[in-house]
Amino acid sequence: SNPFEVKVNRQKFDILGRKTKNDVGLPGVSRSKAIKKRNQTLLKEYKEREKTNVFKDKRFGEYNTKITPEEKMIRRFTLERQQNYGKKNIYNLNEDEELTHYGQSLAEIEKLNDIVDSDSDTEERGALSAELTAAHFGGGGGLLRKKVSSEQQDEEEEKPKSRKELIEEMIAKSKQEKQERQTRRESALELTEKLDKDWKEIQTLIARKTPKSERKDKELEKPKPDEYDMIVRELGFEMKAKPSERLKTEEELAKEEQARLQKLEADRLRRMRGIDEQANEKRPSHMSADDLADGFILDKDDRRLLSYKDGKINIENEEEKEEEEGEEEEEEEEEEEDNDNEEESQEESAGEDEEDDAADSHSDLESDLESEEEAAGDKEEKKHKANENESQNVEKLDPKSEAAESELPYTFAVPESYETFKSLLSGRTIEQQLIILERVQKCNHPSLAVGNKAKLEKLFGFLLEYIGELAALDLPELRTIDKLVLPLYNLCQMFPEAASDSIKFILRDAAHDLEEVIEVKGRAAFPGLDTLIYLKIISLLFPTSDFWHPVVTPAFMYMSQLLTKCRITTLQDVIKGLFICCLFLEYVSLSRRFVPELINFLLGVLHVSLPKSRAQGYTVVHPFTPVGKNLELLFVCDKEDLKSWEKQNMPLSIVTRLKETSKTEINHIRLSCLALCFDLIKKCAALYESLPSFHEIMHPVRILLTQHVPVNEYPEKMQEWYHSALKELENKVKHYTPLICEKKKPVPLKQYTPKIVKVLEFGRKQAGSKKEQERKQLIQRHKRELKGAIREIRKDNQFLARMQLSEIMERDSARKRKVKELLGSLATQEGEWKAMKRKKWKS
Amino acid sequence: QLPTGLYKKVLVILHDSVLPYMNEPTLMMDFLTVAYGIGGAISLLALNGLFILIHQHNLEYPDFYKKLYSLLDPSIYHVKYRARFFHLTDLFLSSSHLPAYLVAAFIKRLSRLALTAPPEALLMIIPFICNLFRRHPACRVLVHRPGGPADMSEDPYVMEEEEPSQSRALESSLWEIQSLQNHYHPDVAKAAAVLNQSLSEMEDDISGLLELSAYELFDKEVKKKAVDVPLEFEQVRGLFGKRNDIFAEHFSLG
Repeated sequence: SNPFEVKVNRQKFDILGRKTKNDVGLPGVSRSKAIKKRNQTLLKEYKEREKTNVFKDKRFGEYNTKITPEEKMIRRFTLERQQNYGKKNIYNLNEDEELTHYGQSLAEIEKLNDIVDSDSDTEERGALSAELTAAHFGGGGGLLRKKVSSEQQDEEEEKPKSRKELIEEMIAKSKQEKQERQTRRESALELTEKLDKDWKEIQTLIARKTPKSERKDKELEKPKPDEYDMIVRELGFEMKAKPSERLKTEEELAKEEQARLQKLEADRLRRMRGIDEQANEKRPSHMSADDLADGFILDKDDRRLLSYKDGKINIENEEEKEEEEGEEEEEEEEEEEDNDNEEESQEESAGEDEEDDAADSHSDLESDLESEEEAAGDKEEKKHKANENESQNVEKLDPKSEAAESELPYTFAVPESYETFKSLLSGRTIEQQLIILERVQKCNHPSLAVGNKAKLEKLFGFLLEYIGELAALDLPELRTIDKLVLPLYNLCQMFPEAASDSIKFILRDAAHDLEEVIEVKGRAAFPGLDTLIYLKIISLLFPTSDFWHPVVTPAFMYMSQLLTKCRITTLQDVIKGLFICCLFLEYVSLSRRFVPELINFLLGVLHVSLPKSRAQGYTVVHPFTPVGKNLELLFVCDKEDLKSWEKQNMPLSIVTRLKETSKTEINHIRLSCLALCFDLIKKCAALYESLPSFHEIMHPVRILLTQHVPVNEYPEKMQEWYHSALKELENKVKHYTPLICEKKKPVPLKQYTPKIVKVLEFGRKQAGSKKEQERKQLIQRHKRELKGAIREIRKDNQFLARMQLSEIMERDSARKRKVKELLGSLATQEGEWKAMKRKKWKS
Repeated sequence: QLPTGLYKKVLVILHDSVLPYMNEPTLMMDFLTVAYGIGGAISLLALNGLFILIHQHNLEYPDFYKKLYSLLDPSIYHVKYRARFFHLTDLFLSSSHLPAYLVAAFIKRLSRLALTAPPEALLMIIPFICNLFRRHPACRVLVHRPGGPADMSEDPYVMEEEEPSQSRALESSLWEIQSLQNHYHPDVAKAAAVLNQSLSEMEDDISGLLELSAYELFDKEVKKKAVDVPLEFEQVRGLFGKRNDIFAEHFSLG
């Protein structure tokens, strides 16, 4: 090109082997390009800036370059025809004329042909009456007849009435037809039902359950698919026959399972120590944290969703599951084939219904998630039965739950509010509730639709609230809660964040209430059973051994507050306190963390079990006092009651009501509490054995046990508890090693040699980690983009200003021109007028 | 004398609404000394007025530290006036002229009592003890004793001894704080772990920690944003379905 239009970016240094992109610039070309582009976009916008009407081009494929013009025309033509099809065109006069061929009307002939054709097709279309076609499709027939009738009755006035009659007749006919069809369908239904029954009988023999039978009825009305579709789907299923993975041997499976558990355990330990938090960040986050972030089960060998079948919980050993994985696919294929075969035989026997049945079998298979899942579930169940002795669940399959399953609908929407959720579950048995929850989860799996994740996350909150409500009842339905924990666990596994948020919310509410009461009254009472149950559920859902955990740590804090701030005035308070002690012990059972409140509380419980006496050698701390109301709360002096006592598990419902029980029973409960306390002391001793100041921690308890507790008055069972606790305390060796600080790392001397950074590529900074580099890159890119954008905006503004200026200039020049013209015309007028005047003068 | 409630009320406001306006604050001397001798919360409260007398009016109080030492009992971490008491104790122990045995006895006693303290008190007392170590380097043998006997069968410190000089605190080590490194609250465990390393030169500022309440701690924990939430991998088998569940042994559903 013209060397004067080229701008050369001179390089300061020539570097061999480097490719330069921008050594030559063409300012003129790029400028004209930019202007052109602005003309096309910005200018257009500018010109249309005050116009709100938009021109929409709805011509088919006008801007689609992929279609050739001919094709485009054809498509447009067909579209037009389709639009006009069935509409009467009042302006088209030609249609009223009858076209004939050899004296016969062409329309007639066409119709005849049609019938001949459709004969082989489907009966239904052929069955449509001529009137119907005329009315519905408005084709030539109707118009034809109209013409005929008008010819026949051109002199009669009641033409409109005859038309009415015609229509009535038509309606009657169609009604009749409808009825006929209905009766036919009913008979078909009956037939299929009978068939189903027969099939069920056979089925029990085969010992395989296909819950399809219910659905069959529903889907009978579905339109029949094309033969073509059927073939396509069949092909689709044939494609599925992939080679399955080799079945793993028992040992391999066991090994894998062991490895997985080991990994999880190692993760847990690492979190428990909580030391390497920085190192932690670099690692890929461990599996249990985010494997289910999107609701999918990603890893093959990961835990899978729990499933219920007939009110039974399918908790199987992981080995079984993996074993199945391979088998399942094969089996599925087999079963599907089986199904087809069976269905074929049915078809033959059923004769007329053959098409329907075939359709069913396919619409069943057609991406219907549930049916597949159910099939899988069936197999699991079979498996289950096979090794029931191994399976851990205790419940028996009862006919009741089976009935429950069959009478519940298959799909549920996720309830939007807590009220709807409650109404969904109210009045149902436990089994039904579980099934409902399972189905809600399945029907709304996050992989099925976009909004499902949020919905199911809400479901967790509802379920939690529901459990709280059940626990807060006068007669707490603990058995139901016991079962509901399972779906809760599943949901929690699916949405850890949402679950932790909702539990945290509950905890915060509870703690807030507690704090308010303390501020107002100075002391508080223990919370209800629901809160205790929540705390227990936390230990089921989350690992309590972590050094820090978003849910467990606040729970710890809350429990500590309960043990230190809540007043103890009644027996229930003691039981609740002991429950929290148990919780504490359970929370720290793996991590062996030290909980001072726990020891304090146990000491206090022991203290209140003693007869009134001045405490010697030990001090009890808040909420217990050496003197005060709560003394002798657990003290039992009745000899009879002491004798008749037997250790029994305390029902949790005691916590909510205790009034109606007799004095003996209360005494027994007191003794049970005491036994529990002894046991907890024993467990604490075992747990804290390794602490360097174990003896100092346990000192007050030991003094109380050895010097104050009236052992000899206790029944024998209690003495056993007592002695086992004491033994656990006593037989620890005293062992103290002086502390030594960790050696300080030597501080490196300051050095003044230059820092050497490796440079792999010139002009690029190598320092920093990968993340940092990425960040820098992003910052740089952002800067560059920002600069570019600013430049572009500036140029746009300049362009617009130019445009406006030229507009103004144009306007001005036009005005000038017009003024000039006017002045000119005026001047000529004046001139003429003067000339006239002069002439007059002369003349 | 006065009833307990009134006693407390008087003592709470004495130091800033009564003493500064008296011509002869020393007249309160007897009242305060008696109150200080009563023990419990009243002694803690009398401390404040007494401090002003000692500090500004040249009151000579024999065995002041011994008395202070005997005030330390398990309830100090639980009482309402904890912040005030530790503020004053911090002041009293800030003098670098105190003998090492005294400071060591205080450290040892405080940490022994810390074994029963709630977390909010622990978060305060551990930096407090660290500060004492900084002020009195002679006490560092408590956490660092390289040449000591390898194994002892008994803690040399005598808890029951009323006289700090007889308590043999300097022969002991701070096993209590080492135990607290296993505390369930992560912050406490971290704070206790500081004593493993040699301390930094700067003193910690504990004024903000004195008033710490359990609810604040809880709130802080709840508001922390977690990147990810680790989950329990053991399959749930019902409310009490864990392995070796303590609840299953003692409680029943129903």
